[in-house]
Amino acid sequence: MDMTGEYRIAAPRDVVWHALNDEDVLRACIPGCTELERTSDTELSAIVVQKIGPVRAKFAGDVELTNINPPASYTIQGEGSGGVAGFAKGGADVTLAADGNETILSYVVNATVGGKLAQIGSRLIDSTARKLAAKFFDNFQAHLNENQPDKAG
Amino acid sequence: MTDGIGARVARKEDKRFITGKGKYTDDIRMENQAYAAFVRSPHASAKVTGIDASAAEAMEGVIAVHTGPELKADGIGDIITGWAITSKDGNPMQCGVWNPMVTEFARYVGDAVAIVVAESQDLARRAAEKVSVSYDELPATVFADHALETDAHQVHENVPGNLIFNWEIGDEEKTDAAMSGAHHVTQIDITNNRLSPNAMEPRSAVAVYDEAEDHYTLYTTSQNPHVARLVLSAFYQVAPEHKLRVIAPDVGGGFGSKIYIYPEEIACLWASMKTGRSVKWTSDRSEAFMTDAHGRDHVTTAKMGFDADGKIVGFHVDTIANIGAYVSLFATATPTYLYGTLWSGTYDIPAIYGTVRAVHTNTVPVDAYRGAGRPEATYMIERMMETAAREMGMDPAELRRRNFVKEFPYQTQVLLQYDSGDYDALLDMAQDAANVSGFAARKAEAAGRGKLRGIGYSTFVEACGLAPSAAAGSLGAGVGLWESAEVRVNPVGTVEVLTGCHSHGQGHETTFAQLVADRFGLPIDSVSIVHGDTDKVQFGMGTYGSRSGPVGMSAVMKALDKVEIKAKQIAAHVLEASEVDIVIEGGEAKVAGTDKTMGWHEVGLAAYTAHNLPEGMEPGLKETSFFDPVNFSFPSGALICEVEVDPDTGVTEIVQFTAADDFGTIINPMIVEGQVHGGITQGIGQALHEGVVYDDSGQLLTGSYMDYQMPRAADVPSYTVSHGCTPSPNNPLGLKGCGEAGAIGAPPAVINAIIDAIGTDNLQMPATPQAVWTALQSAKMPMAAE
Repeated sequence: MDMTGEYRIAAPRDVVWHALNDEDVLRACIPGCTELERTSDTELSAIVVQKIGPVRAKFAGDVELTNINPPASYTIQGEGSGGVAGFAKGGADVTLAADGNETILSYVVNATVGGKLAQIGSRLIDSTARKLAAKFFDNFQAHLNENQPDKAG
Repeated sequence: MTDGIGARVARKEDKRFITGKGKYTDDIRMENQAYAAFVRSPHASAKVTGIDASAAEAMEGVIAVHTGPELKADGIGDIITGWAITSKDGNPMQCGVWNPMVTEFARYVGDAVAIVVAESQDLARRAAEKVSVSYDELPATVFADHALETDAHQVHENVPGNLIFNWEIGDEEKTDAAMSGAHHVTQIDITNNRLSPNAMEPRSAVAVYDEAEDHYTLYTTSQNPHVARLVLSAFYQVAPEHKLRVIAPDVGGGFGSKIYIYPEEIACLWASMKTGRSVKWTSDRSEAFMTDAHGRDHVTTAKMGFDADGKIVGFHVDTIANIGAYVSLFATATPTYLYGTLWSGTYDIPAIYGTVRAVHTNTVPVDAYRGAGRPEATYMIERMMETAAREMGMDPAELRRRNFVKEFPYQTQVLLQYDSGDYDALLDMAQDAANVSGFAARKAEAAGRGKLRGIGYSTFVEACGLAPSAAAGSLGAGVGLWESAEVRVNPVGTVEVLTGCHSHGQGHETTFAQLVADRFGLPIDSVSIVHGDTDKVQFGMGTYGSRSGPVGMSAVMKALDKVEIKAKQIAAHVLEASEVDIVIEGGEAKVAGTDKTMGWHEVGLAAYTAHNLPEGMEPGLKETSFFDPVNFSFPSGALICEVEVDPDTGVTEIVQFTAADDFGTIINPMIVEGQVHGGITQGIGQALHEGVVYDDSGQLLTGSYMDYQMPRAADVPSYTVSHGCTPSPNNPLGLKGCGEAGAIGAPPAVINAIIDAIGTDNLQMPATPQAVWTALQSAKMPMAAE
């Protein structure tokens, strides 16, 4: 699956960058994320519960950040195993561009799924991923709004 | 006699099937039964670097977790293939090693890594989820036409370039010469789509180890329990044959997929010994999609040369056959001796040559599936005839007629000798039944409704009842291809027929009984057919390749001959007449021309009381026979399909389907029609709906009925089926076999009809609405540009 997208976030680039590197923010904003721990400067481990079509699974995975270029871009790569549900792996190049007091976040995602996820959920991966991305950015914007009320206006 | 040969007798077995009283493998409940589940690779190609079963083993109710290396260490053998193919350079084929469970490398999604045995099925499956397997993922080779490329990942260390064999058949020099002198040459590039067999009953096994006797019993969903026992004993070293009983009870469909001895059966037998428990495993539908042997998956380029009159002068074929990750039991015979030998089709072709390259890929093994090789040959030849007719501006039916084999026996250029047939008569019959002369009016009427109506032909000949054993052996077969039968007349006159064939939908309990009813004038309710148990039937080869009629029934006929002779001797002795004057009919033995009779039951009783037998005669009335045919039998047919395509959506509706088949003698027309209906429907499934899809990393994307579309009743019309009859001279009844014919003949008829409707042959199976719509658009483009 390949997916690209762009979101305008009503917050300055520095704020967005820090939030994107804050495991507490990510844990709160990633749909279905129940655990997210930093294991090193550039590595995180996560547990995410997701339902894709008829497959519901708990994915345990590791995420690594590379090409870190604050506050402009990074590459996030990860692989998660959902037991008999299969696995998902992939990465995203995330770029932040300042636009006045706002930030334009763009991403290019490449991801693959395997096992039962591929066998019975493959048709639904794209639409599910788009839905999850939209949900994440809604959560993310809401989080920024809540925590930086002075900048919201 | 109402129940005899040719009678339209309702199937005896259906009452128990349709009232839910069939007894299938999963219905077996042993007293100390445990349940197995398999841990399977989610990767198409990976090295297993570690297995941690501790969490699973710690669960209450989990009995054991065992892995591939343990099974191998216990001396369980690798899985074998049954037919050795020699490459055209004289070298033997190269097959990758197939361990029943992964010892180091997982080679397809679903490859079994470990077996979990637990107190319940649910627990076994949950525990399997807890087994943690570490994989190093490797590149995967997935597609037939990519497997031979230099950048393709090599699936097995010992199979360089993934090439299992490069087989040839025919005369290359003669064919090249004929092609170079041809007036017209037609070339087609086609694929034969990959199919999942989808028997209604999933595979299942119950393995029972009796420690006291050191004896194993395996209940399993098999089309050939004796072959299973032979292979499990001789090659997998599970147990010697006299210590292993294989029972295949009611089996709900096979279509070839239940011929093979799969890893799960081997692992369950072994686990039963390891745990001291009976071990049951039943596949769920997801496992079936992943692990049941798939069918077909060919990529072919073919060229046919014609003279100025449309007469075929030469035929050249190159095929790549995807065999999958491992070489299954019949996987090598299917794309060679069941495919290349049929390249002459129904036509008199003076020069044929071709090659088949079989390749390993990181996909589930591919093996025989209803038709096995013959649908691939028929689809290629019949699409060729359609394309050639279009190119030469000829009527496709006329082109066929001009090339039909007309004299029998006919020796093809590709080994086989056709026994009998009348292909023109079948095409006449089909054209009349399909009212071909009214097609133009129907097409015009459809056009008025905005529909594109097309008509498509397919004529086929196939080879049933693979034979004879000696010839098969000389070509590399690992087994004989005869069949056995035993006819037991009980003291009260009822009859049991033991056959080595196996019924899993074919209706043997009815048709085999009709042979006895016909011979002695008995009602079929006094006859029972015994099959599917190696302790009851001495030996047999099972049911596949439409062999039960031409081979299995022939063995029954031979045994009946012996029983009849002895019964007449007994009757003659009792009735004080000459045995040549004894006639057995209507359930009685009669002295011809007199009123002296004795009931059939009295003959039986006389044989067993032995109070008054001819001097020196042994008591009892039971005879055995083995029948090894001198040749295949060659059913043939002509099929005509009419479709209407919606040009806006690409949806194809089959509006008329006509089949005229020659199966030789017919025992039960109703059962034959049912076989034809089912076969055609499966053929339509292949043509329009079905297709296994792997992505380029080897992930199976069609893992459920959401993505793999089976044909439904609403997708097919009511078929018009009729029969010609040229009896086969190769067996006593003149039978030819009917089980696969529909699946063999139907796909090209459907596709040719769509091609006729949309005016382009740039179309591969399955012809889904998207595929048809895309073909329509591509056909429009050059016209738009003009």
